[in-house]
Amino acid sequence: MRRKRLLPTALHRLAILAYIAFALFPLYWLLKVSVTPNDLLYSEGVRLWPSHMTLDHFAFVLKHSDFPRFFQNSLIVSGSTAAIVTALASTSGYALSRFEFRAKYLIVALMLLTQMFPLVMLVAPIFKMLTPLKLTNSLAGLTLVYVAFNVPFATFLMQSFFDGIPKDLEEAAMIDGATRFKAFRQIILPLTLPGIAATLGFVFTAAWSELLFSLMLISGNQSATFPVGLLSFVSKFSVDFGQMMAAGVLALIPACLFFLLIQRYLVQGLTAGAVKG
Amino acid sequence: MSALAPDPRFVSQAPGPGQRSPFLRRLAHASEPWLYSAPALILIVAVMLVPLVLGISYAFRDVRLLNPFSGGYVGLQHFHELARDKAFWGALKNTLWWTGASVFLQFFLGLFLALLLDKPFYGRGIAQALCFLPWAVPSFLSGLNWAWLFNPVVGPLPHWMVSLGLMSQPENILSDPTLAMWGPIIANVWWGIPFFAITLLAALQSIPRDLYEAAAIDGAGGVQRFFSITLPFLAPTIAITVLLRTVWISNFADLIVVMTSGGPANRTQIVASYIFTQAFKKLDFGYASAVALVLLVLLLAYSMLIVLLRQSLLKKG
Repeated sequence: MRRKRLLPTALHRLAILAYIAFALFPLYWLLKVSVTPNDLLYSEGVRLWPSHMTLDHFAFVLKHSDFPRFFQNSLIVSGSTAAIVTALASTSGYALSRFEFRAKYLIVALMLLTQMFPLVMLVAPIFKMLTPLKLTNSLAGLTLVYVAFNVPFATFLMQSFFDGIPKDLEEAAMIDGATRFKAFRQIILPLTLPGIAATLGFVFTAAWSELLFSLMLISGNQSATFPVGLLSFVSKFSVDFGQMMAAGVLALIPACLFFLLIQRYLVQGLTAGAVKG
Repeated sequence: MSALAPDPRFVSQAPGPGQRSPFLRRLAHASEPWLYSAPALILIVAVMLVPLVLGISYAFRDVRLLNPFSGGYVGLQHFHELARDKAFWGALKNTLWWTGASVFLQFFLGLFLALLLDKPFYGRGIAQALCFLPWAVPSFLSGLNWAWLFNPVVGPLPHWMVSLGLMSQPENILSDPTLAMWGPIIANVWWGIPFFAITLLAALQSIPRDLYEAAAIDGAGGVQRFFSITLPFLAPTIAITVLLRTVWISNFADLIVVMTSGGPANRTQIVASYIFTQAFKKLDFGYASAVALVLLVLLLAYSMLIVLLRQSLLKKG
């Protein structure tokens, strides 16, 4: 009996390992090239690890390029987007979770609609709208756009967390004389802290990764976010693979940190939204 | 407050002294959900709905950023142009190919991964985190990363393909018109498998375990259990995720913009990346919006179906 089980088990572990190798290989290669000295990059070809490594590319990128500023800009945009979206989505998610009102299905339909139509449609009109408001080429303008794009998904996510908290809690508080808002703030919100953390993580990752609108709305190095900076660096210095990949590794760090924070909630979050990647 | 005429409908329960009138209480009660959802709704309307309507109007106007005299209505001129635009028809065909291949591969590999991760085993937590990691990689970085892997100067893939006899000399498939589309598709599959795996894993774990035990006692084999228990339970999740993901991927231009920007010779141009190129590089907002409107109409029929499906499934659940 045990012998018979051995083969499927071995195949199962082997398949898992094969998939992990596939998932990690591109990131491994990014790291490998970022620590390979330039002369070895061409002479050693496709070796799996260079014969000696260097941190020169990272030193150059951090000291002599605009990447620290891009990094800072991206942190500002993604951080404030995450904070604002989470605040807005906690109230709107609460409304969808706790109230029965006639327009609720209209709101849900509106929010679903925003997840359906191609956002690339909005590239031109949003650019036109933000120009007279002096919000192009500005981190505030980019944040505004990202907040609106992420609110619907975050609302569904927060709603699913509120749904998991029994209604009796705030009803009891309201019988004791608290207003609903007070009950919401002092009783319900603290209970949803894990959900709030997950929402922060999801939205931060989404804003950190956004490409098309940052390309369209931002030009010039002053307020460039990471993707804009990295792509213009790639088109200008397309031979300096070591430096490009060192910059790429830097862009990966915050995304991976937030991934670790939210990966416990992935299953819940993605099934609540079931729309966003 | 007391200036309000005492409407008989509202005084049926007489308000006590010092209490707000029932009408106001009703009003406060009715407006409460709106107060909670207003900030989010206002933003959505201002930053998504208004530009959407504006964009639709651009489709019938001559809006070019570099031409200050543009802006007038041109009727259906863009659409006549569109009908003769070979790049657009090519992009439409490429969109089907890109979406079909990506969804197909992502779904089957994602289902396979979910089934692998469903069984408890030593180190499952860490294996799951590693398998899902590509999902956390920003899309622009996935695109660049794969473009580098396909690059014969720094990437191993062309050299490996030569050793496998798939290629006569190390070349970049992204610059080969017949193969280029595979580049973004492979990057997309790598990046998107975790999404399907996560969603399907959640559904798998909600299947009651005793069903499997009962089936095993009755003598059902592994394959039989999969087709008579697992698959029926997964079916609603599969239907919804595949439908939603199809819309999402057909609109997903990031990888293509980063890896090939539609080239070589528009062979990897999908409709979404074509819209972006028209707006971003040519600054022709009118024409871009016309293309976008066609895409919207195509997706709208599809989306209505999904909304109806979701509603009926929510009611059932």
